[in-house]
Formats: sequence, structure tokens, C-alpha cells
Amino acid sequence: MSNSPIAVEQHGPELRHHFSTVEQQRDSASLGMWLFLATEIMFFGGMFCAYLIYRLNYYNEFAAGSRSLNLKWGTINTIVLICSSLTVALSVRAAQMGKRKLVVILLILTLIFGLAFLGIKGIEWYDKYKEHHIPGASFNVDDLVREYPQIHIDQSHEQIYFSLYFAMTGLHALHMIIGVGIFSYLLFHAWKGRYTTTYYTPVEIGGLYWHFVDIVWIYLFPLLYLIDRKPLG
Amino acid sequence: MATAATIAEREHYLNKEYGIRSWLLTTDHKRIALLYLVSITFFFFIGGFFALLIRLELLTPAGDLVQADTYNKLFTMHGMVMIFFFLIPSIPAVLGNFLVPMMIGAKDLAFPRINLLSWYLYIISGIMMLHCIVTGGVDTGWTFYTPFSTAFANTKVIEAGLSIFVAGFSSILTGLNFVVTIHRMRAPGMTWSRLPLFIWAHYATSIIQLLGTPVLAVTLVLVVCERLLGLGIFDPNRGGDPLLFQHLFWFYSHPAVYIMILPSMGVVAEIVPCFSRKRIFGYHAVALSSIAIAVFGFLVWAHHMFVAGISLYSAMIFSILSYLVAVPSAIKVFNWTATMYKGSITFSTPMLYAFGFIGLFTMGGLTGLFLACLGIDVHVTDTYFVVAHFHYIMVGGAVMGYLGGMHFWWPKISGRLYPEWLGKFAALIVFLGFNLTFFPQFILGYLGMPRRYWQYPPEFQVLNVMSTAGSTILAVGYVLPMVYFLWSMRYGKIADENPWGAAGLEWKTASPPPTFNFEETPEVTWEAYNYDQIPAPAEVLVEQ
Amino acid sequence: MSEHVLSSKLYYAIWIVLMVLTVVTAWVATIDLGPFNTVVALLIASSKALLVILFFMHVKYTSEKLTKMVIVSSIFWLLILLFLSLSDYGTRHLGHG
Repeated sequence: MSNSPIAVEQHGPELRHHFSTVEQQRDSASLGMWLFLATEIMFFGGMFCAYLIYRLNYYNEFAAGSRSLNLKWGTINTIVLICSSLTVALSVRAAQMGKRKLVVILLILTLIFGLAFLGIKGIEWYDKYKEHHIPGASFNVDDLVREYPQIHIDQSHEQIYFSLYFAMTGLHALHMIIGVGIFSYLLFHAWKGRYTTTYYTPVEIGGLYWHFVDIVWIYLFPLLYLIDRKPLG
Repeated sequence: MATAATIAEREHYLNKEYGIRSWLLTTDHKRIALLYLVSITFFFFIGGFFALLIRLELLTPAGDLVQADTYNKLFTMHGMVMIFFFLIPSIPAVLGNFLVPMMIGAKDLAFPRINLLSWYLYIISGIMMLHCIVTGGVDTGWTFYTPFSTAFANTKVIEAGLSIFVAGFSSILTGLNFVVTIHRMRAPGMTWSRLPLFIWAHYATSIIQLLGTPVLAVTLVLVVCERLLGLGIFDPNRGGDPLLFQHLFWFYSHPAVYIMILPSMGVVAEIVPCFSRKRIFGYHAVALSSIAIAVFGFLVWAHHMFVAGISLYSAMIFSILSYLVAVPSAIKVFNWTATMYKGSITFSTPMLYAFGFIGLFTMGGLTGLFLACLGIDVHVTDTYFVVAHFHYIMVGGAVMGYLGGMHFWWPKISGRLYPEWLGKFAALIVFLGFNLTFFPQFILGYLGMPRRYWQYPPEFQVLNVMSTAGSTILAVGYVLPMVYFLWSMRYGKIADENPWGAAGLEWKTASPPPTFNFEETPEVTWEAYNYDQIPAPAEVLVEQ
Repeated sequence: MSEHVLSSKLYYAIWIVLMVLTVVTAWVATIDLGPFNTVVALLIASSKALLVILFFMHVKYTSEKLTKMVIVSSIFWLLILLFLSLSDYGTRHLGHG
């Protein structure tokens, strides 16, 4: 691991000068991404904490709000993201094997799934807008009060549920948009043939980010959509 | 012996390239450290300016210098600027950036471009904060408590919150860089047990930065959303709980104080062995105590909320945990002291700052234990007792450690020696000024003077006058190093590789170092702090 | 990260399991299990997350212990935030408060 020329010769132009070997560079990039994901766990974690406290205290309102979400779209979106995680994992594998065309196809599919997710999320938000469930001046849950006469619904508590719904799905959607940006970048470079069997680190760590965003949704789905879906008696 | 001529001939990181682009687009960790040095010094003066205005107002019991609303802005801006733009970056971004790669034998940090990005994020956040200040400022206290900040304040809460959000990311990226660097870039032979304690301290600090700052970030996002979009999360009128804000805020902001103190402790752990000519006592205890502080520091946050309305049972839990977190800090103090026992002590400027640190940090830490006690806390919370406590730690502790470190490593950074007698003189001024400023505040708090009040009963005036007098002396003490460091860059004696005869890889390369730090990658075969093998420098500290 | 290439069949298999678990969790939510609805939902979500982490993110096949440490530590830290906050909210009703 000295500065002698011998250590430097067996690599391409991707080896940055402050690293001694390609392995060191790749291991550093990987550790760096995992640490970043750790910060993201804590970032979303703050909202999960708020969710936890309020769900315990305002269970009825949370249940009613949850039922007002479209379960069909939510389930479809969960499936869309899982499919995207598959294409991401396969694209990393294809990059590992140096299969440029396959990488490009899988990255395109990933982007399609990502954009579909965002489109469906837009539809859901628009529905909430029409129902006056967006917190703010026009917030009104008289419809939920009418629909669930068996429980008491405090409008300000219900607004907390929807505030958290929009904050959490909004933050998640923002991360998806960033993911789409990252994967567009990866697609461009994959198409130009930048990723080889010895250098596919960006695809790998981009993939880690995408899987993380998928995992956040894996938790958001039951916590937001499935609080209480029991058929009413 | 090095001369000015040989320094100019030899290529090093300062003269390798000239021009503003070579500085603003640098990825050299040493240059980035200097970029940070200039920026944080600037913000230190801004924060200090607000402090002087506060102390001027408090010279008299009546509120006669500024209006009450303005006073609220003064202490808010003082806190925000000092904490987020000076203390949190200070040692990690200046000394850490400069030294971490060198101490482990690496050519640079793991991610040099992200390092530069960290600085730019800091500058962007700084510009946002400056804009906020000049367009009206914020008056919520640096703690942004809701619902005042979200529903009632008509000051620039959103801008300040977003500024700190961006500064937070600067901090997170620095921490990320350090952790990856320390794990992956150590030179051959540099095992974990041979790492300088400065590295252990920065590793622990980085863990806090990584795991705590995101929670502050998301909390600020929620505050901005509540204020901007009406998403009521913390406002009781909209079904929210103000205490939830405080839980989320302090979950970061308590560990943040360990971000501010741990690096200073790392500095002291380098200075004390060098000027005692002795190996550190209890290396593993000191190393692991840094990690322990990082971990335990996350378990105590609600001791800031004892009178806010949390349940008595959780208050008791947090009280006990707060006592426990003092233990690793105490271990460090005992170990530093034991290092000095039967050592050969030199009262150099860095050592004077280290002594100041140990004494003042101990006082600050012990008064923290008073505050951890529920019965006492009910009496002195939100009084000047708390203000004195945290200033003893942050100024008497962290800033002294920072100054000590700047003096210790100044020869390495600049290739010059500062005038030693002036250094000692300034250290004395700082120590005297500090104690005159803040010791009376313990008494004021105990007697019942509340904090964040712009007027007070006349019986408190004498102590307040003492405190203000002290603050002017302290200010002089801070300006002096700035002057003589700058002076030394042109006129100071040339420093050689190792003017202090210190242990550590950074002292085995030229002062200033070459851009890639070492001519050849070092191979480490010796233990840390091998002062039994390093001769003391003959003349450096005797003259001047 | 791991060097060896996993078979694409493995990825497809994990994908199928994840889809099935998604359908199951939506369906179970419609059955009255009392307080266990939440427990089951979180267990299923955690299983899905674990599958993504171990297989899609290659954690099962990496020799890097540090990766696993980072994951476990960050989850642990999140739990600190959640549980210590609960220690306040959960005990407020016990008189005094």
C-alpha cells in the first residue's frame, strides 16, 4: 500500500488519487452510502416518532383518516415499488456482469416504475384535495364525522393525522424524486458504457439508496393505510 | 535549520497553487480547513457582537439600551450563531479536517469533494442566517419552542430554521467523511489502539453528528411546514403537543453539546501528554469514554424539560441517566491528571489552555450534576445558573480547547511560530476574563435572576456589572491571538517539523505539509504517545 | 460489498415473496384481530424490509461486519428515540404528571 508505482498500475481512470486501491475506494463508497442511509433512518425516524405519539393518543381519528385513503392505490403503489426494487437489484447484477444493454433496460424499467409511483401518489393527493382533507384553511372532515357516527372525531385531531400523512408521504415522494434523478444519471452513464465488471460502484450505491426508499414505503403503507380496515358491523 | 528561503523553495500545500480558484475549488483537506477557519472566525465575531450587546444592556437593571423584543432577538441570534456557526463546526471543521488524515497517515479524507461541499453548505447556510439577521432576525430563542415559533412569532423563523437545516447537512457530511476515513484510510500499522485520542474523539463526535442531526433537520422541516402550510403538529390549537417539539428538538440538541465538547477533549488529550513528556494514562479508558459519551449522550435529553410538563416518572429516569453521562467525562479528567503526575511539565501556551480546560470543564460539569438533580433543577432552571453552567463548558471548555489546539498545531498549519510570551499572556487574559464574566452568573442564578430577561431587580446589578466587565476583558483575550497569528504568518519564526517534540504522525512531516501530506506512506510500528522515545525539544519553548 | 454474483432466480423468488406478503398484509387488515392487527402488520412489514436488506441490498452475502453494525445501530438509535419519548407519554396518566 505504498506510493510506489506498482500499486497504482492495475486500475482504470476511476481510481481517485487519495485511495491506494480500487477495493479501498469501493469499500469507502459503500460504507459512506450505508452511513448516509443511517442518517435517513433518523430523518424519517423523527416523523415516525410524531406518528407514534399521536396515533396512541388519537386512535379514533387515525383510524378514520386511514380508512379514507384509497387502499387499492396504496396496494398498487406498494407493488410498483417492490417491482422497482427487483429491477434495481437485477440492474446491479447486470452491471456486475458487464451486460451494458441489460443494465440500460433495467434502469429504464426502474425509472418507469418510479414515475408510476409518483403519478399514483399525485392522484391520491388530488383525491384528498377534492375531499377537503388537506390541512389548512379549507380542512373539513364533516364527511368522516358523518361516516363514522360510532366514534367521536375531533377535527383538530383528525387534522394531525392528515398533517402527518402529507408530511410523511411528501418527504417520501421527495426522496423518490431524488431517486429518479439519481437513476437518470446512472442511466445516462450506463448507456455511455461507463460501468464495467471492475467498476460499477455508482450503480451499487444508487441501488442501496433506492432500496432504502422502498423500505420506508414498506412501513408507511401499513402505518398510514391499514390502521383499521375491519368491515363495519 | 529551516529558513524563510528554504520554506519558499519547498513545495507545500499553501504555495502549490495560487489564486482564488485554487482555494474555492480545492479538494485538499488542509485548504478546506483554512476556508473553515476564516468563516467560523467571522461568525465568532458576529456571535460575540451580540453577546457584547446583551452584556451592555444588562449593565443596568432597567431595560434602557434596547427594547424587549430586540433583546429577545439578541440572545436568540447570539445562541444560534455561536452554536451552529461557530461551536459545532469549530474543531472538527478546522482542526479535524486538517489533522484527521495526517494523524492516520492518509493522503486526504475519504471523500474530498464532499468535504468541499460541506464547506459550501456551511457558507450557504451562513449567508441565509446573515440575511435573516439583517432583515429583522428571530426572537424565539435558539430553541425555537412551539407554539410561539410556529403560530405567534412574527419574525423570520422560517428563514432561520431553513438556514440551520442546511448547516445541519454540512455537519452530517463532515461526520460521514470522518467515519469512513477513520475506518478505511488508516496507514499500515495504524491499528485502532494506536490511534491518537484526537481521532477517537472525532470518531465519537461524528457518530453523534450522523445520528442526531437528522432528527433536528426533520423537526425544523415540521416547524416550517406548520408555520408555512398550517400543518398543525406542535400547536395545541390544532391538536398538537408542544412537548413533542421539545422531545424531538432536544433529542438532537443535547447530543449536540457533546459534538461541541468531545473534539476539545481530544485536543486536550494530545496537549497534556506532550507537555508532560509522558504517555497518556489509561489510553483505552480515555478512548472508550469518548464512545461512551456519544452513546449515553443520547439518553438524557429530557433533562431540559424537567419543568415543561413531562411525567414525573420519566423525569426520574432522565435524571438518573444524566448522572451516568458524567462518569465518562470524569474518567477523562482523572486520566489527564494522572498523566501529569510525575511528568515533566512545561507551561506552554497550549498547556495553559489545557489546564484552563480541565479546571473550568470540571466546574461546568459538576454544576451540570446539580442541574440533573430534580430538586435543584426546579429552583434554578431558566435562571442564570444554567447560563453559567453551559458557558463554563462551552467557553471555558470547548473554546479553550479550540484555542489550545490552534496554538499547538499552528506551527504545523502555517510553518511559523507564534510569539510564545504573547500567547501565554493572552491565555491568562482569557482565563481571567472568562471567570469574571461567568462566575458571578452562578451566583445570580442561584439568587433567582431569570435568563432571557432584559431587565432585572436592582439588587442584581453589582454582579451583572462584574459580568459585563469580564466580558470586555474576555473579548480582548480573543482578539489577541487573531492579531498575533496573522502577524506570525509574515514575521513569525520558521517552525521545523516538530517544534514541540510531540508524538503523532502529523509531526513527522514538514511544516507546512506537502499537499499529499507525506512524501511516502508511513508504516506505523510504534504505540501512540511514545514519549519515552521522543526527545524533548531543547530550545523552542525557552526563548521568546 | 460482495463480489460473487447472485442468481437472478433468487431475486425473482424474493420478489414473489414480497408481493405475496403485500397482498397478505392488506387482506389481514380486513380481519378483526383486535390489538394484534398492528402487531401482525408491523411483523409483515419488518419481514419485507429484512428480505430487501438481506437479499436486494446484499447484506446476507457481504463479509463486511461493519455494514451490519451500521444497520443495527441506526435501528437501535431510532428505537431509543421512540421508546424514551414513550417513557414520558406512557406515564403521564399515572398521577402527578
